[in-house]
Amino acid sequence: MKKIKSEKINTPSVGVVETQHYTFAEPGREHQFKSRETLGPVTLAYETYGKLNRDKTNAILVLHALSGDAHAAGVHAGQNDSGWWDDMIGPGKAFDTNRYFVVCSNVVGGCKGSTGPSSINPATGKPYALDFPFITVADMVDCQRRLIDYFGIDKLLCVAGGSMGGMQVLQWVASYPERVKSAIPIATTLKHSPQQIAFNEVIRQSIMADPAWCEGNYYAYGQPEKGLSVARMIGHITFMSDQSMEEKFSRRLKNDKFSFGFDADFEVEGYLRYRGANFVKRFDANSYLYITKAMDYFDLSGDKLIPHGKVIPTRIMVISFKTDWLYPSHQSQEIVRLLKRRLVDTTYCELTSTYGHDAFLIEVEEQTTLIKYFLDKTYNGYLVAGHDGI
Amino acid sequence: MMESNITLDHRIIYSIIEPDSRVLDLGCGEGELLYPLVRDKRVRAQGIELNDKAIQECVKKGLSVFHDDIESSLREFPDRSFDYVILNQSMQEVKKVDCVIREALRIGGKVIVGFPNFAYIQSRLMLFFRGRAPITGSLPYLWYDTPNVRFLSITDFKNFCKGKNIRMVASYYMGEKKLVRFWPNLFALNAVFVLTNNP
Repeated sequence: MKKIKSEKINTPSVGVVETQHYTFAEPGREHQFKSRETLGPVTLAYETYGKLNRDKTNAILVLHALSGDAHAAGVHAGQNDSGWWDDMIGPGKAFDTNRYFVVCSNVVGGCKGSTGPSSINPATGKPYALDFPFITVADMVDCQRRLIDYFGIDKLLCVAGGSMGGMQVLQWVASYPERVKSAIPIATTLKHSPQQIAFNEVIRQSIMADPAWCEGNYYAYGQPEKGLSVARMIGHITFMSDQSMEEKFSRRLKNDKFSFGFDADFEVEGYLRYRGANFVKRFDANSYLYITKAMDYFDLSGDKLIPHGKVIPTRIMVISFKTDWLYPSHQSQEIVRLLKRRLVDTTYCELTSTYGHDAFLIEVEEQTTLIKYFLDKTYNGYLVAGHDGI
Repeated sequence: MMESNITLDHRIIYSIIEPDSRVLDLGCGEGELLYPLVRDKRVRAQGIELNDKAIQECVKKGLSVFHDDIESSLREFPDRSFDYVILNQSMQEVKKVDCVIREALRIGGKVIVGFPNFAYIQSRLMLFFRGRAPITGSLPYLWYDTPNVRFLSITDFKNFCKGKNIRMVASYYMGEKKLVRFWPNLFALNAVFVLTNNP
């Protein structure tokens, strides 16, 4: 972690950025979700970095994970809030903003500027709460497609993201293969496994078991803080690895002795409580419920990613991490096996890291090499002259 | 343009493969062979490699590569996915050789196999006169530190193919710097064969 911090200071940033908003599905033209429920108007919060070229061929869509947002790089004016992938997006970085136009949008159903359960329902003047339609990863992608249409971008140079962001990447390939030249799904899966669904169910139950949740109608009183913070604590356990927890906390005590009480004796307890308490300040409990459910519904196995017999032009690079047990490498290998069967131009790398699932946010160096050159080849092809044999 | 650091076996395989072919290289290393093929012959290339650093080098060259084991990597490919499957200097590191060759023949029209010849004269002399496990230009490893698990001669491989009804379309025998035409099983360091299942 320390290493990354120092890199943050030394590497150039995209600088001050501003979150923008795009609204569609105005009254009478509501957006229909896979659940057949409709919603309108729909707003997506997004940020962009770099410049779109005249031919609109240098656009990259970056997709965020479960609790992420549109703020992927740079800082907001007057704040010290580096974006969630700031180490990867910027001048000279993996997603080089000197060359590419990078877009990141907050998913529909989220709570960071996009329409979600905490948004005001124009019909009632109150937050949607559980009246919000059920969403799927395909719905997230459909809404992003509206944003890409709005930019007038016919074909994205690349779609990239980790975890739930990786699911959206795969969904883009499934839904709009002709509109993505390349795709980079990282630390992700073709479908949520029973273990992943089980974790999400415990996460949801911990929110819903908090009396302050009030069947989702808590907006007048404040968040179900206890339930939501426990939910996030569970999440954080799954993001780390046994090894990274040993390195980060071991059995170290906060105050050098046991309290013989239920205070946080161990550093790991303190860390989880801190993370949980922070999370309730920044994330809506209902959004957490909706988005985890969308992840559980996600399943592009079999013919759903690419139908049998179909040839897609998309180049794909799949990346996984050895110690990631939430989205383990065998799930990425399952993606790769499917891509082999469909003869898709594929690269697969399993990277060594001790950080578990968090690695996709932390392991900057190797990912940068892979992504930078992969994008370069996708963008420029082979630029070699003067060779006519070896 | 001749590049002097290209090995003889790579030159031979490079010359065998026609432009615009689909090529799978099993154990592609840093893409030393695939890269010139893609660059000069517009080959549609796919590599398979186990070494992390080598994979990064392949990606730097713009090559598509799977992080995978040769033995477990072939099953998913449909029949005839490639025009050529290359198994150069990696067959001797594979345990289930006949399984890998059978799969390679299934997914490729032709299979190019290259391997070090264990019956090279220097090996024979070292074993016979010095009583030592052979170390040669093509088998440069000490016995306890070799990636190789299969040790075979050119004659062994010919017999193997005969027994499996695999047709040898072409054969190339190599010494230090040039091709060997006379008694290859004695004088060749390396051999390259082009195999096919087709009549």
